[in-house]
Amino acid sequence: MSEATSRRAVLGWTGAGVVLGAAAAGGAVTVLKGDTGSDTQNAASAGAAVEFHGTHQAGIVTPVQDRLHFASFDITTDDRDELVQLLKDWTAAAERMSKGQAVGEGAVGGLAEAPPDDTGEALGLQPSRLTLTVGFGPGLFDKDGKDRFGLKKYRPEALVDLPKFAGDALDTRRSGGDLCVQACADDPQVAVHAIRNLARIGFGKVAIRWSQLGFGKTSSTTPEAQTPRNLMGFKDGTHNVAGSDKSAQTKHVWVSDSDGPDWLAGGSYLVARRIRMHIETWDRTSLGEQEQIFGRTKGEGAPLGKKHERDTPNFKAMKDDAHVRLAHPDNSGVTILRRGYSFTDGTDGLGRLEAGLFFLAYMRDVRSGFIPLQKRLSATDALNEYIQHVGSAVYAVPPGVVKSGDWWGRALFEAAAAAAAAAAEGK
Amino acid sequence: MPAVRMSAVTAAGIAVAVTAVTGCAEKADADAAGSNAVTVISTDSKCEVSKTTFAAGKITISAQNKGSKVTEVYVYTPSDKIVTERENIGPGTKATITAEIKAGSYEIACKPGMKGDGIRQKITVTGKGAVKTDPRLDAAVAAYRKWVQAEADATIPLVKKFAASIEAGDIEAAKAEFAPSRVGWERTEPVAESFGDIDPLTDTRADGLDPGQKWTGWHRLEKSLWQDKKITATDKTLAAQLVTDLEDWQKRVGKAEITATSMANGAKELLDEVATGKVTGEEDRYSHTDLSDFYANVEGAEKAYELLKTVAAENDPALVTELDKQFASIKKLLDTYRKGDGWVSYDTVDKTQQKKLSDAVNSLAEPLSKLAAAVAK
Repeated sequence: MSEATSRRAVLGWTGAGVVLGAAAAGGAVTVLKGDTGSDTQNAASAGAAVEFHGTHQAGIVTPVQDRLHFASFDITTDDRDELVQLLKDWTAAAERMSKGQAVGEGAVGGLAEAPPDDTGEALGLQPSRLTLTVGFGPGLFDKDGKDRFGLKKYRPEALVDLPKFAGDALDTRRSGGDLCVQACADDPQVAVHAIRNLARIGFGKVAIRWSQLGFGKTSSTTPEAQTPRNLMGFKDGTHNVAGSDKSAQTKHVWVSDSDGPDWLAGGSYLVARRIRMHIETWDRTSLGEQEQIFGRTKGEGAPLGKKHERDTPNFKAMKDDAHVRLAHPDNSGVTILRRGYSFTDGTDGLGRLEAGLFFLAYMRDVRSGFIPLQKRLSATDALNEYIQHVGSAVYAVPPGVVKSGDWWGRALFEAAAAAAAAAAEGK
Repeated sequence: MPAVRMSAVTAAGIAVAVTAVTGCAEKADADAAGSNAVTVISTDSKCEVSKTTFAAGKITISAQNKGSKVTEVYVYTPSDKIVTERENIGPGTKATITAEIKAGSYEIACKPGMKGDGIRQKITVTGKGAVKTDPRLDAAVAAYRKWVQAEADATIPLVKKFAASIEAGDIEAAKAEFAPSRVGWERTEPVAESFGDIDPLTDTRADGLDPGQKWTGWHRLEKSLWQDKKITATDKTLAAQLVTDLEDWQKRVGKAEITATSMANGAKELLDEVATGKVTGEEDRYSHTDLSDFYANVEGAEKAYELLKTVAAENDPALVTELDKQFASIKKLLDTYRKGDGWVSYDTVDKTQQKKLSDAVNSLAEPLSKLAAAVAK
């Protein structure tokens, strides 16, 4: 516990970061405001709650929490009303869990003959900055040519199926999904509990397709804090969309009122990619070469030829195929909000660790965001020799739940229902 | 002591005279105020009980057979659980039966010819702690017990056939008979497991053995037939033992503790069995006949559910709607794996198909776990 608080003092997110993130998410936060950096403040705000309600969903510009549990689901019901009820039940559960409360009637104290509504492993734990963010995959709108729920014409144009990129080795069982939930929290048990309980509520209507645990955030939306390192040992996210930079978010993250479709205004798009790192071969690579591959120094994270991490990069000092040179918004023309996590899932059976980056990025339009960026990187990035994309998914992320009574995806389903009613009246 | 006096006069003599003498003596005893003794006279068509109200505690039944067939006398709970019994009471003979009996309603049954439901008389046992039960749930439990017994009864000839093929060294015949011989067991498994000592003898898998435990039962024979591809002398002995063990099960079903709650929990447990053993292909890893067991587990869960449905629907109608839907859905999915009058081999079911089956199990098992609460209210 004391180790955690001193890290938080270093990261300095306690006051400034959380408040800003939450303000951007459009709601109040039950945490101390202002950052004195004192240990008492840090200890008290460690584990605080992040407001679930807001114009935008929480978990996007929220300062990145320590842990991730991400799940992608297939919808197994063909009944739109059932799906709507599920989204309402999920919203209610997410509201409660975000406050650190148990789901339904609780984990204990109910009828002895009944299994409890909540699974119980989060009893006594702090809210832990839990955020739950839902996404809608292409399959919700249109699956194998079938318009299951009458939503086909509401599929955003920008929600395209990602093309095949050079070097992809995608496992279909780790890819895709009609719905996703991103659970982030500082306590891994809280993140796991959230997905587990949503999956349980979903039995009979949705089934888990794949899920991913992440430890160790990479990228950060709080530039005033220390940049975290990825599993290659490099600082990751030095240049990212900050939680405090509202104009960058409006330009690059949030779907505007005029972007269309109407139901998605205030939402975003999410691309998730499981990127395996060949860490054994990477670890055998010389320091010099590692730094050339990235285009930054390993220790400080300074652009090559510069002294400090946040110095403006001089791309000519980097090799043509350096990762930062290719990816940087100034060169690629692409700005996305990155929020990924490191993963290490056992071994590959060949004496090597199955480790890498579970890449998560939010953007206003997939066609001008991830796709051109990844086309560029997959073609020439020096990093490609050490990574492999093995999982992939794309989702439209609906706007926030504004208050009690609102629910995830309400604008979409109500638009479809209204259209269906109008059609029934013979218009 | 009635027993002493009875044994003094028990003789194959003139039934009427003998029983008349002792009958009077018994009747006097039975009618003595405050005594918990009763005379039961069983004839070919009647079951006469000398009194119908008792105090909780020890009851002594003097059972007399005045009919022409061998008879049995039972005491049943309202859900047909056997409290006590005596079989093989020959014509003109008597037996003394004692039992500890708690407050509540019961039935005494006489069964001339030792079959059927018998001729019944209601009795009441007074005292503290009488549990008021819903007669509909009592009826459900009684019907369930009857069904479980029928499943056990139907299993014995099938297992004997299986054992006979093994005795004859006929591998192909034994293989064909293996899965069908397990259906009754798999449908009613939670009841068998309530005894604790039968399941380890009949249904243990290779990795489930305790250190030093001898491996017997179906799966041991399954391995011989499908993996070793031979029948040894040991296998023949094991086949005979399997029959003996299952006959023991058949006899004990009547005494199993069954309540409405345990029926509902049993339904949930049957789906747990599927989730952890059949969907994974672990249960029948040599023969790959898992789908046969899977379907039987589902049928067993459905039977318990159907019997509890009326009461459950009063307390939780939405649950019943959901369960109807999920049972229909999983059976429809399983039907796609039928082959002839059996099932496809489970090793031909690929991972994607297995996941679909597993999702269907989850979709049914989750609401099914709420059935116990719906009948407990």
